[in-house]
Amino acid sequence: MSAPAIEGWFTTGPDPTLTGERCTTCATVYFPPTIAAAGYCRHPACEGEEFERVPLSRRGRVWSYTDAQYQPPPPYPAPDPFEPFAIAAVELPEGIVVLGQVARGYGVDDLRVGAEAELVVEPEAVGDALVWKWLPLGSGHVTELGEEADQ
Amino acid sequence: MSPADRGVAVAGVGMHPWGKWGRSFVQYGVHAARQALGDAGVPWSDVDLVVGGETVRNGYAGYVAGSTFAQALGWNGARIATSYAACATGAQALDTARARILAGLCEVALVVGADTTPKGFLAPNAGERWDDPDWLRFRLVGMTNPAYFAMYARRRMDLHGATPEDFAQVKVKNSRHGLANPNARYRKEVSVADVLASAVVSDPLHLLDICATSDGAAAVVLVSEDYARRHGLGESVRMSAVSTVTPTFPNTVLDMPLLSTDASGGTEPEHTFKESLATAAYEEAGLGPEDVDVAEVYDLSTALELDWMEDLGLCARGEAESLLRAGETTIGGRIPVNPSGGLACFGEAVPAQALAQVCELTWQLRGQAEGRQVAGARVGITANQGLFGHGSAVVLVR
Repeated sequence: MSAPAIEGWFTTGPDPTLTGERCTTCATVYFPPTIAAAGYCRHPACEGEEFERVPLSRRGRVWSYTDAQYQPPPPYPAPDPFEPFAIAAVELPEGIVVLGQVARGYGVDDLRVGAEAELVVEPEAVGDALVWKWLPLGSGHVTELGEEADQ
Repeated sequence: MSPADRGVAVAGVGMHPWGKWGRSFVQYGVHAARQALGDAGVPWSDVDLVVGGETVRNGYAGYVAGSTFAQALGWNGARIATSYAACATGAQALDTARARILAGLCEVALVVGADTTPKGFLAPNAGERWDDPDWLRFRLVGMTNPAYFAMYARRRMDLHGATPEDFAQVKVKNSRHGLANPNARYRKEVSVADVLASAVVSDPLHLLDICATSDGAAAVVLVSEDYARRHGLGESVRMSAVSTVTPTFPNTVLDMPLLSTDASGGTEPEHTFKESLATAAYEEAGLGPEDVDVAEVYDLSTALELDWMEDLGLCARGEAESLLRAGETTIGGRIPVNPSGGLACFGEAVPAQALAQVCELTWQLRGQAEGRQVAGARVGITANQGLFGHGSAVVLVR
C-alpha cells in the first residue's frame, strides 16, 4: 500500500475518512488536523489545549466546485503532459467545508451545488502517494477507473 | 466625537500607470509618491510619516518598503512603517497612517504601495513547507487563486441562476469604464463574445473573467484636519472609515488560501467575513449602503464583483445580476461599480491596489475622473480581501 501524500490527514482502506481533531473542552471539530500541534483551540470563547482525533463523516454536500484547465504552478505535482482535474468543496455534517480534487474520471458536469459526494482515496497524478478526493454520488455518470485508481 | 467627525483629509493622490514596464518597484512607488505630493501641494519636507506597502517579490528592499521609499525620496527624518496584508496591504498602510493622525502623533502621512508582478498564477514561495496552508493548497489540491474565484462563481450560478454571460457583462462594463483612464493598463472594449471565446481557466471562469498580474503603484497623502485648514485644503475629500476587521469565528465561507472552513457548529455567524468588513466601515463612517454613490471593489474575477455588491449591502443577496443586467452598476446607473475599470483594466499589483481604489474614489469625489465621472458622487466605498483574514473597506466622503 502506498503512503499518504500527507501523514495523518486521512485514513486509507475500503472506507477512508478524513481525520479531524476535536477540542476536549468545547467539542469544536477541526480539519485539517493541525490544531493539536498548534496547541490552542481557535474558538474565541475556549481556552482548550487538549484534542482528540476523530474520523469525519465520509459523505457531505457539494458547497461548490470547479476545475483546473491550466496547469497550476509548483509545488503542484503536475503530470507531463498536464491533465486537467476537477475540484470540489464539500460540506460535511460536522459543518466543515473541505476542498479536494474530484475522483479521477469525473468533471464539473458530474457536480451540482447541494449534491452528495463521498470521500475516496486515490493516487496523486504523479507518483503513487495517496490523496483524499471527492466522489460525486448520484450523477448518473459511470466512471472508467483505471488500474491506478484501484486500490 | 466619532472618528468620522474628526476625519482625516485625503490631500493628494497619485499613481504610476499600470502595465509591464520593466522597472523596479521603487521607481514606480517614487513616481506615484511625487505625484501625490504634487497633487496635495504638500512639500516632502512636511511629511512626518511614511508608510510603505510591502512587496514579497522584491527581496529585502521590498520587505522594508517604508524605508525604501523614504530613502529614495531623500531621508527627511519622518517616522516610518511598513505594512503587509496581502491584497489588503494598502488599506492596512492607510489605517496606520490615519490612526497616527487621529491620535495627534503626526500631521502629514505619505502612504505608498508599488509592485512588479510576474506573469501567470500567483504562487507560493519556493521550498517545501508542509505546515504552510498557502503552500499546501497548491501541493495537495492544485488550488490556484482563480480556482477559489471559480468556486464562488459556480455557487452564484447554481444558487442564483447567474450565467457565464452575466460574468462576461461585468468585464464588458469595466472595460468600457477603463477606456479613458490614463492609469489603466488595458484600454480596449471587450465583448461578451470575446470573454466567452477566451480559454476556460477554471470552470465557469474564462481567461478574460480573471484579472491579470501587473506592475503598478499608487500613493495617498493623508493630513490632519488642522493641517488641511492651515493650508487651505478645506474642500478636500475625507477618509471617514478604514475597516480592517478579521472574520468572526466560525468563518464558514471558504477562504483563500485555506483548504477548509471552521466548523459551523450548527449556526451561521451573523455576518460573513466580507459582510463584516463593510458593516464595520459603515458603522465607523456613520453611513449606510443607501448613502453610497460609487464603489470600487476587487474584481479579481468578474463574478467576484457581483459578490461584493451584496457583501457591501448595495443590493440583496442574489440580486446583483439583475442590477448589472439593468445597467445600474454602469456609470450613469444607480450605483456605479468600478468606474476606474477595476482590476479588469488594471491587473493585480498587490500592495498598490487597495491604494489605487482610494485614488480613484478621490478623483471621483472631487469630480476629476475625466471620461469616467460618476455625476455628483459624494460618498464612495472600497472593498478588498487579502489572505488569512485580511481585508478592508475604506469610506471616503466629500
